[in-house]
Amino acid sequence: MRTSYSAHQRERLADASPALKMTAGRVRFVLLMLGMLFLALIGRAIYLQVVQQDFLQGQGEARFRRAMTLEANRGVITDRNGEPLAISSPVQTIWASPADMEPVPPAKLRDLGKLLDMAPEELATKLSDRKKEFVYIKRQINPEVADKVIALGIPGIAKQQEYRRFYPAGEIISHIIGFTGVDGKGQEGVELAREKMLSGKDGRRVVIKDRRGHIIEDVAAIEPPRDGQTLALAVDHRIQYLAYREIKAAVEENKAKAGSVVVLDAKTGELLALANYPSFNPNNRVGTTPEMLRNRAVIDLFEPGSTMKPLSISLALEHGKANVNTVLDTHSYMIGPATIRDVSAQPSLNILGIIQKSSNVGTSKLALLSSPQDFWTYYDSLGFGRAPNTGFPGEAAGRLRDWKNWRPIEQATMSFGYGVSVSLLQMARAYTIFTNDGVMLPISLYKTSTPMPGKRVLSEKTAHEMHDLLVANSEPGGGAVGGRIIGYSIGGKSGTARKLEGRTYVANKHRALFMGFAPGKNPKLIVAVMIDEPTAGKYYGGAISAPVFSQVAGGALRVLNVQPDEPSNNSLLPDSTPVPADF
Amino acid sequence: MTLQPHLIRRLWLAIKAPLDGPLMLFLGLIFALSLVVLYSANNQGLDKIDNKLIYTLLSLTIMWLLARSRPQSIMNFAPPIYGIGVVLLLAVHFKGVTVNGSTRWLELGITRIQPSEIMKIALPMMLAWFFQKYELSMRWWHYLVAAVMIAIPCALVLKQPDLGTTMLIAASGFFVLFFVGLPWKVILGGMVAAGASMPVVWNMLHDYQRRRVMTMIDPMEDPLGAGYHIIQSMIAIGSGGPWGKGWLNGTQTHLDYIPERTTDFIFAVYSEEFGLVGNVVLVFLYTLVLSRAMMITAGAQTLYGRAMAGAITLSFFVYAFVNMGMVAGILPVVGVPLPFVSYGGTATVTLFVGMGMLMSIGNARR
Repeated sequence: MRTSYSAHQRERLADASPALKMTAGRVRFVLLMLGMLFLALIGRAIYLQVVQQDFLQGQGEARFRRAMTLEANRGVITDRNGEPLAISSPVQTIWASPADMEPVPPAKLRDLGKLLDMAPEELATKLSDRKKEFVYIKRQINPEVADKVIALGIPGIAKQQEYRRFYPAGEIISHIIGFTGVDGKGQEGVELAREKMLSGKDGRRVVIKDRRGHIIEDVAAIEPPRDGQTLALAVDHRIQYLAYREIKAAVEENKAKAGSVVVLDAKTGELLALANYPSFNPNNRVGTTPEMLRNRAVIDLFEPGSTMKPLSISLALEHGKANVNTVLDTHSYMIGPATIRDVSAQPSLNILGIIQKSSNVGTSKLALLSSPQDFWTYYDSLGFGRAPNTGFPGEAAGRLRDWKNWRPIEQATMSFGYGVSVSLLQMARAYTIFTNDGVMLPISLYKTSTPMPGKRVLSEKTAHEMHDLLVANSEPGGGAVGGRIIGYSIGGKSGTARKLEGRTYVANKHRALFMGFAPGKNPKLIVAVMIDEPTAGKYYGGAISAPVFSQVAGGALRVLNVQPDEPSNNSLLPDSTPVPADF
Repeated sequence: MTLQPHLIRRLWLAIKAPLDGPLMLFLGLIFALSLVVLYSANNQGLDKIDNKLIYTLLSLTIMWLLARSRPQSIMNFAPPIYGIGVVLLLAVHFKGVTVNGSTRWLELGITRIQPSEIMKIALPMMLAWFFQKYELSMRWWHYLVAAVMIAIPCALVLKQPDLGTTMLIAASGFFVLFFVGLPWKVILGGMVAAGASMPVVWNMLHDYQRRRVMTMIDPMEDPLGAGYHIIQSMIAIGSGGPWGKGWLNGTQTHLDYIPERTTDFIFAVYSEEFGLVGNVVLVFLYTLVLSRAMMITAGAQTLYGRAMAGAITLSFFVYAFVNMGMVAGILPVVGVPLPFVSYGGTATVTLFVGMGMLMSIGNARR
């Protein structure tokens, strides 16, 4: 079109003014320029729409597409009777997407700050990073407050449903249950151990939102959340309450550093209660110290002292090295440079006497009748030196050294509970052999209808013999009289272990222990008590831990409606009955 | 029976007579396209369509009146219009209404006017008139006088401040100089001088103007402030891909991500929904308009006609190019509408006034 016109143009311009003449060339130049610039524009369009298309489309989607999490409701934790111990209640979290926001007017910022109890400056700081598409403003707030925040209508600020964990029993059972973090994940205890089962699976929905943050439509089908499952613990919250109340009272009364109680079902190995003091409030962990968080019964190791004796003596009975009528010379004696001696020295004792008087001499002499290998194998089969595999986070395994390096003095001291370290949970479990015909039961944290099979450690005969000896030890003249319960017989053994500091045993720091079962005739419970560093004067296990056993076991038997096996026994021993000196 | 068709036909012919057929066809196509885009950009609201039809009809009337006038009689209005324009600009300077930190508007009781808009036509008219008058006795100092004529309104508009309009006015003046034969030596020299004075100009710019330039160079520098518009429009254009997302289906548009989407950024809406194909079509339609306008320029019988037609044509091109370039992220953001597509009455009137003058010049050739 232009070419033909130009030819026509040229001849007409011949007689025009010089200025007009020159224009023809300029018109051509201009057309060339315009063409080139438009081509550049088309080039740019090709670059954006073909080369960069995917990138820019992605950028666009990143701006209008949002995946929203639908949080699954965390499973409830209950005790064995369905009593809730950890439940989730809905709360709201306020979050913002600074990348999608215009600057918030100061007045609105002030209103927001007032609702959320935050300084406007703090809010401004949170919203200042304009590249972020997600920042928490405040988590876990009351739904009504959240509604008011949304009603302020600040674009880019939204709420999100979350669940807040609530623990009705609070500090009473906090070491078993543990707690969840602010992100709803288990951090301690059962909450951590069974995280997968409890947490369920979050759902998702993808939405399209406009620039102001309004949700326009749901894009994909909603993927509903799968709630967590309910978890029934073996714990009985009534017994747990008793255990916590009693250990707390004992620790306070004896001005002790700490204390723990473990209650097991004597026939199934289920953990009916486990309490430590000091404890913490899982609903408000402000001011909680690591001391308070320690689940001592499971993770603290100690030398069990005399409470080990019934276990070690059983080995001699089991292997026929001695029988219940054997009488031993119990004068102090020396192994190498070390002297073994008793607190209340006796010239000779039978097996019952050794237990009643808690004789180190008698116990060690019986232990040395077995070979180190047999002795090690026996302790190993009781689970010492191995984690008990209950599922508690951070379970301690304890320490049982290899028998090949044992010197005789070591085997001797191990028989009365020194030179071997255990947890209270391990000790309680070891005692199941006396209540369960020689079969040691695995500990179950969770309620079970069919108890897991145990492992035979002793013959039935030996187990019954030691069971009877322990019951006899609670009769007048024994070391466990402090653990007696009105209406029930019991069996048990006390212990008082000196604490090792550095490489020496110190005279003024003790652990007061008591291991026992009740009722004596057909045991239903095993209760293990440990009080760490009592400083109020009394420190014998038989004097301060035995009463805790008595209170907890007695209360638990009544709670469980266990028939009294000694209805005629309607009084504890009169105060005048002497409590033996050691134990 | 036979009389009525005859009458209508005569009326039709009377209306049609001064109008340039090809130009009307191309503009009609662009206009149709613009209604389609506006409907989508306005979220399918008809209010803006109605308004657009009304002011377009008004503009067409003005264009028709101008088209049937002789260029010489229009030309004679150049000095008074230019004079009024300068006076109004002075009035803006002293008594103008300040909006968003710049003083561009003049309150006239019933309505507000933006005198700088008048200058877009008045200045090239004035210059063309001036060179026509001294066509045969032209000396080098005439160019100096012309430079002063350009400088006065430019300085006033720059003070408002309105850099975009200043450049458009200056460009329209320069186009007249170009078509009356400003020597290449001077043009090249001027370009070198302009390049050399860039640092000085940079220092004279307002902060927001500098930011706009910086934003064009790297929009991600400030993605929520100055860069926001460009990023969003680039995303919209890119999302369109080769074939577009289809009419009414542009997500960026309908989710409110594109700013000013019925006015300055309407090209982003169009691009997202009609893709590369749509862009090529639009650019082709603009090219047709420009080609036809250049033909009229080349065929103009007088120096005034040629200079004026050339300036109108090139200004039209500059609007289209600057707008699309800005939306596509290759030019800084200045308030320039997409010719005949963007929603807005003032700019449309100005454009149709230009088209009317162009047709008048084209008619004079016949």
